[in-house]
Amino acid sequence: MASVVNTDELDPLLGRTQLVAGSHSYHDVTEAVAAPIEAPNSRWWIAFLLSLSMLGVLGVSLVYLFWMGTGIWGLNNPVAWGWAIVNFVFWVGIGHAGTLISAVLFLFRQKWRTSINRASEAMTIFAVICALLFPTVHTGRPWFIYWPLPIPNQMDMWPNFRSPLLWDVFAVSTYFTVSLLFWYVGLIPDLATMRDRAKTPARRFAYGLFALGWRGSTRHWVNYEKAYMILAGLATPLVLSVHTIVSFDFAVSQLPGWHTTIFPPYFVAGAIFSGFAMVLTLLVPLRAWFKLEHLITIKHLENMAKIILLTGTMVGYAYAMEFFIAWYSGNPYESYAFANRMFGDYWWAYWIMVSCNVITPQFIWFKSIRRSPIALFILSIFVNIGMWFERFVITVTSLHHDFLPSSWDYYTPTVWDISTLVGSFGLFFTLFCIFVRYLPTIAIAEVKSVMPQADPHYHADNHGEHPDNGPGYAQAKEHH
Amino acid sequence: MSKPHKKKIYGLLAEYDSAAAVFHACETVRDAGYSAWDSHTPFAVHNLDKAMGLKPSVLPWIVFAMGITGASCALLLQWWTSTVDYPIIIAGKPYFSWQAFVPVTFELGVLLSAFGAVFGMLGLNRLPMWYHSLFNSERFHRFSDDKFFIAIEARDPKYDLERTRKLLEGTGATFVEEVED
Repeated sequence: MASVVNTDELDPLLGRTQLVAGSHSYHDVTEAVAAPIEAPNSRWWIAFLLSLSMLGVLGVSLVYLFWMGTGIWGLNNPVAWGWAIVNFVFWVGIGHAGTLISAVLFLFRQKWRTSINRASEAMTIFAVICALLFPTVHTGRPWFIYWPLPIPNQMDMWPNFRSPLLWDVFAVSTYFTVSLLFWYVGLIPDLATMRDRAKTPARRFAYGLFALGWRGSTRHWVNYEKAYMILAGLATPLVLSVHTIVSFDFAVSQLPGWHTTIFPPYFVAGAIFSGFAMVLTLLVPLRAWFKLEHLITIKHLENMAKIILLTGTMVGYAYAMEFFIAWYSGNPYESYAFANRMFGDYWWAYWIMVSCNVITPQFIWFKSIRRSPIALFILSIFVNIGMWFERFVITVTSLHHDFLPSSWDYYTPTVWDISTLVGSFGLFFTLFCIFVRYLPTIAIAEVKSVMPQADPHYHADNHGEHPDNGPGYAQAKEHH
Repeated sequence: MSKPHKKKIYGLLAEYDSAAAVFHACETVRDAGYSAWDSHTPFAVHNLDKAMGLKPSVLPWIVFAMGITGASCALLLQWWTSTVDYPIIIAGKPYFSWQAFVPVTFELGVLLSAFGAVFGMLGLNRLPMWYHSLFNSERFHRFSDDKFFIAIEARDPKYDLERTRKLLEGTGATFVEEVED
């Protein structure tokens, strides 16, 4: 096993792990990514139909919700924010890993991101769609959802720009728009590849329409690469602002358990943590089913696992620091809120959260676990569960025992709460299935650009060594 | 060949097998003094724009202008609605409580910058352009797979079919052909 574990192929020039395992040509990369989406796959149909049936559950839940109103949910008097906000924060958080991979890792020149950024950005967009669903339907009258927008109206009234909920509207919709643009810009060269490979006129037209007539011109690449870098530079502060503002929904209120300054960084770390777990949940089966193991290598999975370990540990630190401050502040309401979180009515939810988010990622310290796709898949499921419970714990435990003991109550979800959550997973997986069926799941052009032969000073005939490699050259190489 | 009229020529298209080959070929074409020409590659080849002698992109200026517009419009909107059009005291705060207006100002600045980046890039590149003469070539479609191309247009003042063809063949092109307009 140990010999299998440590067989990363090294780049002949840099001595670092090769991003495309084995020696492949550019055409092999095109073929590996494009072939699976040109021929239907029976496993794809199973995944798609399963997702579609879950999407049906969402449809039924929403129709019944619009018919009856939000009374079908388990909301009660102190707990007026239930699963809708829990699910909203959960899904927005999932999205953040996609932006981290596409933007932040790009700015840090982490070339390994090229194999995973396309699918993660798609995940971001679909997760944000799921997230936007919940604030829309929880209003009870979704046809008035445009009210937070500053549109002139017959009452001559404007939205309250001092409300964190309004900031949220701007933050999440900007995030969605920018993520979509970023994703589309990245797709343009690959859509051109799909157009040029298309066998049927319908496919050529559809891919050609969205490829915008891309012809790989260097005069275009100059502007394109600049646009891509600027978008990465914009998306980086944007993604940090989004979950910061989501955390303001809680932190700006006066409620013990919510009113804490640690919320913005703690929410951002948690978002990246949960998002990377979802990336693993999606990519581990995808790379096996579409035979992309040489592009999304074990090293890629290992790198993602390390980020999960880092952010998971940061989240654990935040949990501990919240408790420390609750005790150190000497505020009895604050101290009670946290004691109640750990040992109160919802003790089980708290301990599920801690075991999934703090204990599970620590297994990644073991190299054999972080290089095993199956172990990482199982681990990612635990993190997903844990991060959903984190939002449940924050929302419900803080609300159900607020200042006045006479108004305390216990919150229980109804079957409709559960079906809407299950249905949102149906929406997410259905969109992801459609994505992997019709669009390149890996950024073809970007992967080609990080292959050794993409360097204009690469010499294929002598395996990357300079023709006149004197003793000085060999020395310099050893030095690296 | 059956067409009686003389076909209009877009220019010469040369094909290369590797990023290194097209890189050196671009340096040669640049030094020969051509202006209406371009290279086409499956991915952005590092520094190929410098090998072609291209100027840096002006896109950052467009994005900067858009970002400033977005942020200032957002702040202006919040100031005007809160102090002029419908002044109302909320939570005992001043009408122009600018600290609360930072998030929306930031978000709209980012949003318009992103529009500037994407639509500015497409505008500078004259995209979408679904028809282009180069698509008339049978070989050109492999630019999006594994081949590298240089196209020198017939409208270039230095263009001369024989001499330009010789120049391109001398740069290690695997194939050189004329493309119809």
